[in-house]
Amino acid sequence: MRREHRPRRVRTVVFSAAVLTLFLTGCGPQYLVLNPVGPVGREELHLIVLSAILVGIVIVPVLFLLAFIVWRYRDKPGNTAPYKPKWSESKVLEFIWWGIPVVIVAVLGVFTAKTTFALVKPPAEDQQVKPLTIQVVSLDWKWLFLYPDQHIATVNYAEIPTGVPVQFELTSDAPMNSFWVPQLGGQEYTMPGMAMRLWLQADKPGTYYGHGANFTGSGFAHMDFNVIAKSDADFNGWVHQVQSSSQQLTKAGYQKLKQPSVVGTSSYASYPAHLFNDTVWADGGQYMPGMMNQTGSPMNAASASNMAGMSSSSNSASGK
Amino acid sequence: MPSWFHAFADKYLMWQEGPMIWGSDVLILLVSIGIIFTLTYFHKWKWLWREWITTVDHKRIGIMYLICALLMMFRGGADAELLRTQLAVPNNHFLTADHYDQIFTTHGTIMILFMAMPFIFALFNIVVPLQIGARDVAFPYLNAISFWLFFFGAMLFNLSFVFGGSPDASWVSYPPLSELGFDPGPGENYYLLAIQISGIGSIATGINFLATIFKMRAPGMKLMRMPLFSWSVVAASIVIIFAFPALAIALALLMLDRVVGTHFFTILHGGNPMMFVNLFWLWGHPEVYIVVLPAFGVYSEVVATFARKRVFGYSSMVASLMLISVISYFVWAHHFFTMGAGADVNTFFAIASMMVGIPTGVKVFNWLFTMFQGRIRMTLPMLWTIAFVPCFVIGGATGVMLAAAPADYQYHNSYFLIAHFHQVLIGGVVFGMIAGMYYWWPKMFGFKLDERLGRIAFWLFNIGFYVCFMPQYALGFMGMQRRMYTYPATMGWNTLNLVSTIGAYVMGIAFVVIVVQVVYSIKHGERDLTGDPWDGRTLEWSLPSPAPHYNFAVIPTVTDRDMWWVLKEEGRTDELRPKAKDIQPIHMPKNSGRPFLMGLSFFVAGFGFVFVWWPLIVLGLAGVAACMIARALEYDDEYHIPVREVQSHEAALGRLS
Repeated sequence: MRREHRPRRVRTVVFSAAVLTLFLTGCGPQYLVLNPVGPVGREELHLIVLSAILVGIVIVPVLFLLAFIVWRYRDKPGNTAPYKPKWSESKVLEFIWWGIPVVIVAVLGVFTAKTTFALVKPPAEDQQVKPLTIQVVSLDWKWLFLYPDQHIATVNYAEIPTGVPVQFELTSDAPMNSFWVPQLGGQEYTMPGMAMRLWLQADKPGTYYGHGANFTGSGFAHMDFNVIAKSDADFNGWVHQVQSSSQQLTKAGYQKLKQPSVVGTSSYASYPAHLFNDTVWADGGQYMPGMMNQTGSPMNAASASNMAGMSSSSNSASGK
Repeated sequence: MPSWFHAFADKYLMWQEGPMIWGSDVLILLVSIGIIFTLTYFHKWKWLWREWITTVDHKRIGIMYLICALLMMFRGGADAELLRTQLAVPNNHFLTADHYDQIFTTHGTIMILFMAMPFIFALFNIVVPLQIGARDVAFPYLNAISFWLFFFGAMLFNLSFVFGGSPDASWVSYPPLSELGFDPGPGENYYLLAIQISGIGSIATGINFLATIFKMRAPGMKLMRMPLFSWSVVAASIVIIFAFPALAIALALLMLDRVVGTHFFTILHGGNPMMFVNLFWLWGHPEVYIVVLPAFGVYSEVVATFARKRVFGYSSMVASLMLISVISYFVWAHHFFTMGAGADVNTFFAIASMMVGIPTGVKVFNWLFTMFQGRIRMTLPMLWTIAFVPCFVIGGATGVMLAAAPADYQYHNSYFLIAHFHQVLIGGVVFGMIAGMYYWWPKMFGFKLDERLGRIAFWLFNIGFYVCFMPQYALGFMGMQRRMYTYPATMGWNTLNLVSTIGAYVMGIAFVVIVVQVVYSIKHGERDLTGDPWDGRTLEWSLPSPAPHYNFAVIPTVTDRDMWWVLKEEGRTDELRPKAKDIQPIHMPKNSGRPFLMGLSFFVAGFGFVFVWWPLIVLGLAGVAACMIARALEYDDEYHIPVREVQSHEAALGRLS
């Protein structure tokens, strides 16, 4: 019998060592999700920590209870622990363990609901900062960023000003992908024929790793990009620099960019007007013009010129 | 070599792909020759046909499911080892991106549909009729069809590796990635057809076992006297019946998109890929409960037997099984919180998903308190059951964390998610199936599996498991996405990936030890002469091992939950020994080769659809129709075992009183 519980001890040691390593290294900067630099990522981290604590309240006692019961009631000659083979009902006990998870789910549910609704809004709505809009098109296998107000475009990197909420409008001109910059906040899918939005914000200057999170074929592993956060002045300087550069994204250039390939970064001083909306509407899809009027659609937030572009492109789509 | 052969070898046999394909070709050839030679040399063809291929006996069908499940676990496991080898170091070129994509697709598909499903069906078949005091399932012929549809579905799926190319759009195979525009090869068609064919069998199995349990219980076995494994089969069957049709529809529509050019899920002409995603998970989430509920049933049986105690809170156990099967339909959208549903929708599905934790948590407490004040014997089934608790509890806890929708924005498609679902599916389902296999092995084959080798496998597998998957939670927090065939060295992911790969190898060794254990035990395993090797509690342990093909010479009358245990306690076991005067002719279904031929026809038709070769499609479908018509015209499909034969059989077993 002694032989039998020695391995369990070995396992406990191995397991606690693993957990300990995890926590000790947990503060390292390479743990992107645990080191958010913006309000969205922070809010999500709060929920992660809260949920971990709540489930911990249940599982830690369960693990100890398991170890105790298995040791105490092992079938060993001379074990003096009570043995009650017929005892199998206890209303009180069962009430407790139907009750505890109900309470925990209720608490976690309330916080989840609050955060879910909060993250639909821009992170710093009370401040009088004008949000920046960046349109994102996922392609095979690269990311195209369009700045509708600055009229510039970039591939595989984006620059943003710090302290400004950024509304990413997302679509895809390829299989669906997912736009994820872990240190700024969680991800949202980019889907063909659909435009969705994601609020993110960086509080500190820095270069933040981003990657597609939904598999799109053989070049998927190379779909990384950087989001570079800079002070307002530096950001504006960068915008001017790109605006004054000579490279332009033409319609033909976009068609070429669209072809499946893995490329490096590039910047364009201009891009075809309404490119984002034309892409969303290119194939008609089931997303009829009525959708534009729905509340919550990022299309509402689009500028007037974009709206004009949309109606023309939807006409051309239906003309196909 | 003629040029047509070159073209054929390149297009269909993929000989330009290199040594992995050649090796597989050679292996398949050698194994086939080996099987044919052995069967011929030992004159076993007739035996194979009569005793196995045409059988409608639930015990034999169960054993065939079990063998297939273990073989598929080997295939899926080999895939996993290849994936982990590729990820062991950054910037690795062990596999190309295309090969990696194919292998993770087949790994996922095989493990869920061709390993977990047949494994639970193996236990359904082997255990349920014996446990409820029945002679077979409600529809034995249909049961055989289910098996052969699964078998040929699995064959079709595995064929893709060496003929035409494997699917590579991942096991969820979302359009538009899985539509012709992005994925023209035959691989995706293999995926659609193989799952479709075996899925038809799964629906039939769900119906079959629900009917069996509702209509064929022994007299006196009220539902609330039924063993918990059978209850878990009720819950799982209900989920199968309502969930699998959604998958069948999704696959059929995607197949139409690909084969005849419809636009259900395309982005052109009014198609909507989101519809596939919804239909897929409308099946996909209930599916994980389909496979885990029977495992819960196994744990309930094992815990009670080896703690020598009644299951604690039986009514709660039943209620929580049924509750899980209901809630399972209200959680599917948690697989795509990040696909743009509104905050209201996400909140609903988040809270519904967390609620699954309530009945599941209750079950864990009830298992713990079944052991409390019991006497725990550390046998192999019990070891796996005890190991299941911490593993599943941690996996369940991370599941509740994932259910918090805004937090999921950070976990989604990351290695955190990978670690979570492997922990619940391996810790929940695989541990349960292995525990069930060890537990009912003597009932199937008449001998126990070797304890010492089993313990070695157990420790290797458990240690390997934690070493493999715990680092993956951390990798998720580090921002590593799933399905990347390679990663840069600068992200800080290197060490943990290497550790994870080592863990995967240890699990692989554990699997090999289990195979060695089975082979060793065939000769040296402890023989089970009593039929009750574990001091069991339920009816199946009142029968000899292996059970006679008619199961019960006289159908028992049930007066208690844990009937066999109660009889043993009260010294009344003789009541379950058949008396010569009580034995009546036993009504049994006749064997039939048609389920096999029907499966074969489905295979031919499915293969035709993969390459859109109409002659094969027509031929296969005609075969299916012919089998159905022949069945409709069949009247002589039953027979009676005469009293004398049953008596002499029981007397030979030394049971006649």
